[in-house]
Amino acid sequence: MALSREQLAQRAAQEFRDGYYVNLGIGIPTLAANYIPDGMEVMLQSENGLLGMGPFPTEDEVDPDLINAGKQTVTMAKGAALFNSAESFAMIRGGHVDLTILGAFEVDCQGNIASYMIPGKLIKGMGGAMDLVAGADNILVVMTHASKHGESKLLKECTLPLTGKGCIKRVLTDLALMDIEDGKFILRERAPGVSVDDIVSLTAGDVVVPEDVKEMSL
Amino acid sequence: MPGLDKVVSSYEEALDGLEDNMTVVAGGFGLCGIPENLIKEIKRKGTRGLTIASNNCGTDQHGLGLLLEDRQIAKIIASYVGENKRFEEQMMKGELEVVLTPQGTLAEKMRAGGAGIPAFYTATGYGTPVGEGKEVRVFNGRHYILEEAIQGDFSIAKAWKADRYGNLVFRKTARNFNPMAVTAGKIAVVEVEEIVAVGELDPDEIHLPGIYVNRLIQGTFEKTIEQRTVRG
Repeated sequence: MALSREQLAQRAAQEFRDGYYVNLGIGIPTLAANYIPDGMEVMLQSENGLLGMGPFPTEDEVDPDLINAGKQTVTMAKGAALFNSAESFAMIRGGHVDLTILGAFEVDCQGNIASYMIPGKLIKGMGGAMDLVAGADNILVVMTHASKHGESKLLKECTLPLTGKGCIKRVLTDLALMDIEDGKFILRERAPGVSVDDIVSLTAGDVVVPEDVKEMSL
Repeated sequence: MPGLDKVVSSYEEALDGLEDNMTVVAGGFGLCGIPENLIKEIKRKGTRGLTIASNNCGTDQHGLGLLLEDRQIAKIIASYVGENKRFEEQMMKGELEVVLTPQGTLAEKMRAGGAGIPAFYTATGYGTPVGEGKEVRVFNGRHYILEEAIQGDFSIAKAWKADRYGNLVFRKTARNFNPMAVTAGKIAVVEVEEIVAVGELDPDEIHLPGIYVNRLIQGTFEKTIEQRTVRG
């Protein structure tokens, strides 16, 4: 079975390490914050100027001056810090964020990512995504493996305009966890109940299947 | 003589000298920390052909989106513009020129504009549509593109508190692009929730010194929330 949104978030959260500063994109990446293991300290960075994002507010705590990068009302965690947008992107572009998790339309085996623009459709903009993929060393892309029509999104070469070039090393999909090395996808883990053959046939880019492909533990 | 006192008495006076076809750098992220009354004053004045540099362009009902009603904006430099039907229409018809700019690059362009730095190299956007036609240089084996600073004829920004000299204190994530926007304008206009007497702010708590501020006005704010999310 392909992973649900919640299961994707659960597996993504296994990339957290104690003491990490993490930036989470809108959607499933944000859900990963619900699965930070007990006793682990992780600080969430929101690129609009908050380090130490807390949960959504109660009705009484709602403050229009306190939002996240998705423009949702949030709270601050204990030990939070506030700063301006240039400072925020100095953290990101300076490589100070330990882990970035974000979504994409397409990823290819050269480590390219396309996530912000579908020509002919409405273009909303890249927001902070280009800065995040250019600035971070440790990036996890979370996406569905194929489109609704069964077309692979893990390609030999991205077809859509790029968000970043050669910057992605790890992709988590609803079917598999893949690393990208030397122009190939390396299959590391498969979703429970999903066969290696299914994954290979739905991956358009070159795939290497090591001897031991373990099943994800969720 | 007003001396170092930056306080003006009306929004009309705050934007005196803003003319058609000028460039305005604006603070705010979504509708958070936007100079909402200064935007309304630009709407009232009817200034047209404006180039606006701002992270977003408001919504149909709020913020910079209001300036689209009478087609006052000719060009916008922004990172994300997805919340606005009128924007979409004008962009599709070619009435509105849109320069999509990565958020960190936009913040740095404003910061550079205010700091006398004409351009800077960044890895952001290399190999993407943003990098097309821009100078590329390699430093330590990595590719970087040259991005130019932004300066405005005016900047409009919102802070929480100020003293009469224009020393500014921002509040929570309403700070966002505001400090850089202020520094990037030849005439920097700031509206705040409260103006206090000089000497009342602790010098250590000032986020942006008044040297960057030309005009200051106290206003009342709607502070519209775009995505009200609460836990049960």
